[in-house]
Amino acid sequence: MIREKRIILRNSGVIDPGSIAEYINAGGYKGLSMALAGTPGKVVEEVVASGLRGRGGAGFPTGTKKQAAAGKDAGTIRYVVCNADEGEPGTFKDKAIMETNPHLLIEGMIIAAYGIDSERGYIYIRGEYYDSINRLQNAISQAYDRGYLGTDILGSGFSFDLEIKPGAGSYLCGEELTMLESLEGKRGYPRIKPPFPAEKGLWGKPTLVNNVETLANLPGIIEHGSAWFRSSGTESTPGTKIFSVCGDVRNPGCYEVDAGVILDDLINDLAGGTRNGKPWKAVLLGGAAGTFVPYSCNDLSLCYERLKERCATLGSGAVIVVGSGRKLIPLMQSILRFFRHESCGKCVPCRIGTTYIHERSLEMPGAGHDPRISILEEMVNHARQMATSSLCPLGQSPILPLETLQRHFSESIATE
Amino acid sequence: MDQQEIFTRFSPDRTNLLAILHALQDNHPQNYLTEESLRAAASYSGVNLSWVYGVAGYYSMFSLEPRGRYIIRVCNSPVCNMMGSAGLIEALGSVLGIGAGETTPDGLFTLEEAECLGICDVAPAMMVNRRVYGNLTRKSLESVLKEFRMMQNERK
Ligand SMILES: Cc1cc2nc3c(=O)[nH]c(=O)nc-3n(C[C@H](O)[C@H](O)[C@H](O)COP(=O)(O)O)c2cc1C
Ligand code: SF4
Ligand code: FES
Repeated sequence: MIREKRIILRNSGVIDPGSIAEYINAGGYKGLSMALAGTPGKVVEEVVASGLRGRGGAGFPTGTKKQAAAGKDAGTIRYVVCNADEGEPGTFKDKAIMETNPHLLIEGMIIAAYGIDSERGYIYIRGEYYDSINRLQNAISQAYDRGYLGTDILGSGFSFDLEIKPGAGSYLCGEELTMLESLEGKRGYPRIKPPFPAEKGLWGKPTLVNNVETLANLPGIIEHGSAWFRSSGTESTPGTKIFSVCGDVRNPGCYEVDAGVILDDLINDLAGGTRNGKPWKAVLLGGAAGTFVPYSCNDLSLCYERLKERCATLGSGAVIVVGSGRKLIPLMQSILRFFRHESCGKCVPCRIGTTYIHERSLEMPGAGHDPRISILEEMVNHARQMATSSLCPLGQSPILPLETLQRHFSESIATE
Repeated sequence: MDQQEIFTRFSPDRTNLLAILHALQDNHPQNYLTEESLRAAASYSGVNLSWVYGVAGYYSMFSLEPRGRYIIRVCNSPVCNMMGSAGLIEALGSVLGIGAGETTPDGLFTLEEAECLGICDVAPAMMVNRRVYGNLTRKSLESVLKEFRMMQNERK
């Protein structure tokens, strides 16, 4: 029987998220004072040594990003932007952090800013997250009152201002460069990469973009050190990870565990097992832009290394459980409808392609066994072409669920 | 609230444009952005009208058409869809006598299909304005509607 290992969520349900005093009593803002007592370089060094990887989906080493953002053009304006757009279906872990432990994110942002010498930061948050916005707004005012934000923070000479910016309902704006466009008051059309945000980000200035959960890991890393951080998780994925488990499980919710947790332990020990008590049929890991795994992968360890070996992805940490009685075609259609709806239409392969593969999926229920297999194959081929010719990562995403559906479930799809 | 009062809450910095549009829209009883408010936002933010139109038209939370007092946004993304959201949208539509994207003739409700609202743990889920409703069934839907109708009657 495994148990949760709450580090990021340690205050959830324990302290009043509306009270900075309770956060401080629980040891909060200690990481920040320790960071400010040392040099910015020391902060970056510690994050590099921790091996922390981005929790927003791509798993990029956070320390490397910080080095890149810190190293560009000494003396220039730099920004820190927190990605709180959380739009990947099945993902709701950032909301849990912001609503139950908002000061941890703020503390993490100030530490990140100190590390790269940035004086201004933004939290770009989904417009629909009203409760998170209110919680954060309240927490930010408290942090200003106590001198954790603003000029000359805790007498260190370092200054940092932080503001919340709401999004307005666009999945694509969660992609980091598109988010910066949106932050500049524009439509959410992606920018061409490279340059990366660390080189040319907000208003063309070096910008560090990190996910909520990534930033929330920084206070602990600074307070307890990188060796402590590495004592959780695995070699390839140090630390804890918050998984948002949903779908056909008895107790859907956010569970923070050692990265590398065994998939079935997460589902059975923490999420209460499947609703009908039978072995699950499939799990969609990482949301719509994620990968399907079959029950034979129930012993899979959820860390980057092991998942890569089995051609699966961790993504944002969404674990969508599909019970034994479910059909997969409607789920596939729903995923493809999502991409069709969220395609911004700027480039042809994705605009036409997301519509085409969705339309093809609608033909499936009326088709027989062999035609279904060949429709699926045509869809996969089309999605593969989209992956190579689309302008941004959204058009490169539908191949992930489609290819894994084909690999593991084509017979089940042909006969359901 | 007076429109000018809304602008005083924001600096003219362009990073505030979406927040300004949200505030203008929320301030309108019909939950939409009028041409007049778009013009005001454009001149305040130092961009032209077509820029603001482009932005307002791009994001799904903004509307350029009048809507109801209560916006019902039913999530139809994969998790909610798997847990039965399509049936809920249908049921809501038939109770209200409208389709997705439409507003009831009394101007009370607008029904919208939304993408993942980040409340998949209580799928199928929806929001009515700022409130979240989860683990929905046809039965619980009707009581939610009743609640809003009652609120409306009390208002009158
Ligand atoms: C279509 C699309 C949507 C994305 N949505 C999010 C999101 O909602 N939240 C997030 O943190 N990252 C999202 N990402 C990933 C970001 O582009 C980026 O990798 C992330 O913010 C980097 O932060 P990290 O290194 O801390 O993970 C998305 C990427 C794509 C392509
Ligand atoms: S790949 Fe899709 S979402 Fe990305 S730019 Fe092209 S049309 Fe837009
Ligand atoms: S899929 Fe419906 S709230 Fe996430």
